[in-house]
Amino acid sequence: MAHQDVLAAHPIRARRRLPLDWLGIVPFAAFALLFLILPTLNLIAGAFQDRDGAFTLQNIVNLFTPSIMAAYWISIKVSLASALIGGFMGFVMAATVTIGGLPGWVRSPLMTFAGVASNFAGIPLAFAFLATLGRTGLLTAFLMNVFGFNLYSTGFNLLSFWGLTITYLFFQIPLMILIITPALDGLKKEWAEAAASLGASRLQYWRMVALPILWPALLGTIVLLFANAFGAVATAYALTGSSLNIVPIVLFTQIRGDVLQDPNLGYALAFGMIVITGVSNGIYIWLRARAERWLR
Amino acid sequence: MRTNRAVSWVLLALGCLYFVLPLIGMVEFSLRMRRGVYSLDAYWVVLADPKFQSTFAYSVVVGLLTIVVGIFIVVPTAYWVRLRLPGLRPYVEFVTLLPLVIPAIVVVFGYIRLYNTSSFLPLTGSATGTNILLVFGYVMLALPYMYRAVDTGLRTIDVRTLTEAAQILGAGWGTIIARIILPNVLLAVLSGAFLTFAIVIGEFTMAALLNRPAFGPYLQFIGANRAYEPAALAVIAFVITWACMAMIQIVSRFAPKTSSRSN
Repeated sequence: MAHQDVLAAHPIRARRRLPLDWLGIVPFAAFALLFLILPTLNLIAGAFQDRDGAFTLQNIVNLFTPSIMAAYWISIKVSLASALIGGFMGFVMAATVTIGGLPGWVRSPLMTFAGVASNFAGIPLAFAFLATLGRTGLLTAFLMNVFGFNLYSTGFNLLSFWGLTITYLFFQIPLMILIITPALDGLKKEWAEAAASLGASRLQYWRMVALPILWPALLGTIVLLFANAFGAVATAYALTGSSLNIVPIVLFTQIRGDVLQDPNLGYALAFGMIVITGVSNGIYIWLRARAERWLR
Repeated sequence: MRTNRAVSWVLLALGCLYFVLPLIGMVEFSLRMRRGVYSLDAYWVVLADPKFQSTFAYSVVVGLLTIVVGIFIVVPTAYWVRLRLPGLRPYVEFVTLLPLVIPAIVVVFGYIRLYNTSSFLPLTGSATGTNILLVFGYVMLALPYMYRAVDTGLRTIDVRTLTEAAQILGAGWGTIIARIILPNVLLAVLSGAFLTFAIVIGEFTMAALLNRPAFGPYLQFIGANRAYEPAALAVIAFVITWACMAMIQIVSRFAPKTSSRSN
C-alpha cells in the first residue's frame, strides 16, 4: 500500500514496468523479522497456549498469583521511584546549566559526563555501588568512622528496594539530563520577560508558563525512564543475585532453569513485561508529539 | 540573579556528588587488595587472569562483528529509504525503535524458543550458530542508535544528487553505497559504531542466556566470587565507556556542520 503512495509521489518512476524499489528493503526486513519481530511474536503466542499448543487464557490468569504479582509490584515500584527521583534530579541539574545562570563552560562537561554515565550500566555499575555503599564500602566506612553512624543498623541494605533505586539513579539522571536539556533550551527568554513585565513572580512564571509548556516533555521522559528501568536485568542481578525478586530477575531464572515449572507461564511473564514497557513507550511517543508543538 | 546562580551551583554540586562518590568508592576499593596500603594488585590479578583475556577478546571480536554487520544492514537501508521509499520511513523508524520497547531479556527468550535444536533454523544447536545469534542479537540492541546516527548523517548530504551523479558516471548500486554514500556518512557511522561497542562490550543478559563465554558473564562470575577484583573490573569498564564516548565527541567535531536538506 505504502508502495503505491511512493509511486504516486514520484510519477517519473511510475513509468517503469516492474516496481522493484521494495527489494532494497528486503535485507532489513528479513533481519527485523528474524531477530526482533518473530521471536517476540512467538513468545506472545506461547503466552496464550497450553502445553499442547491449544489456545488458553490460563497462563495470563496464572500471572495473578501472589508471588508473581509481588514481583511485578516491586519492579513497578523500583522503576517508578527511580524514574520520578531521577527525573526530578536530572531536571534540576539540566536546569542549572540551561536557565540557572551558570557560565557556559559548565554545560559541555556535564553533557559529556551524562553521555558516559547513561551508558555505564549493567554489572560494573553494581560493582561501583557495592564498593561504595556495600557493607565494607567507602561511604559506609566513612560514615561509621567519622560520624559513628552505622548505615546498616538503620535497616538500609543495598540489596533492597532503596538500594536498587539509588543504583538505578546513576543511569536515570543522566538520561533525563540528555533528553530534557533540548526542551529547556526551547524555553524562550521572551516568555520569562513577558511574564515579568506583566508583573508575574518567578513562581507564577513557572506555574503558569514554563511548566505547562514543559509538562509533556517532562512526563514523557519520566515514562521513558520507567520503561528503561523496568527492562534492566544485569545491574539488579549483579547486585542482589536472585534475592530481590523483580520481574526481569524472575524471568532470567525462569529461562535458565524453569523455576516456575511451567514454560508457558514464563512466556506469559515475558508478555506482561512487553505490555508494561509497550504501554509506557506508547505514552512517551504520544506526549513527545504534544511536547514538540511548543518547543520548536 | 546572583542568588539564583549560587543556588544553581549548590544544586549542581549536590548532583555531581551523587555521581562522584560511587566512582571514588569504586577506585578506592579496587586499590585495597593488599592489606594496609593502596596497590594495583587487583588490576594485575585481573589482567593476568586467562579467563579475563579470553572473555575480553571474545567480546571485542563480537563487538567488531556487530559493528560490521550493523553497517551492512543499516547503511543501505537508511540510504534506500531516503532515496526511494520515503513513504516507508515512519514504519522503518518505528521498527528501529522497537528494541527500546521490547526488553532484551524478552527478545533473547524468544531466540531460545524460536531457534532451538528442533526448529527450522537450529541456531542454538551449535557454538557457531549461537555466536551468530549473539551477533545478530547485538545488532538488534544497537539498531536504534546505529540507525539514528546514520540517518542523521544522511540528512547532511544530498543523497539524490550524489546518486544521480554517480549513475551518470556509470556506477552500480554497490559502488554508490560503498564509495559514495558510506564515505560521506563515515563520521556518523563511526559514532554509531563506538556507541555500539560501549553497549556490547560488557553486555550480560544475552550472552549469559545464550551461554557464551563473553566479558559480561565473566564480570558477573567474578562479582559473585571475589572481593577486590570486581572494583578493578568496574574501573576498566568505566574507562572503556569513557573512551568510546570521547571518541564520539572527537569524531563529531569533524562532522560537517551543514544544516538539514530537504529529502
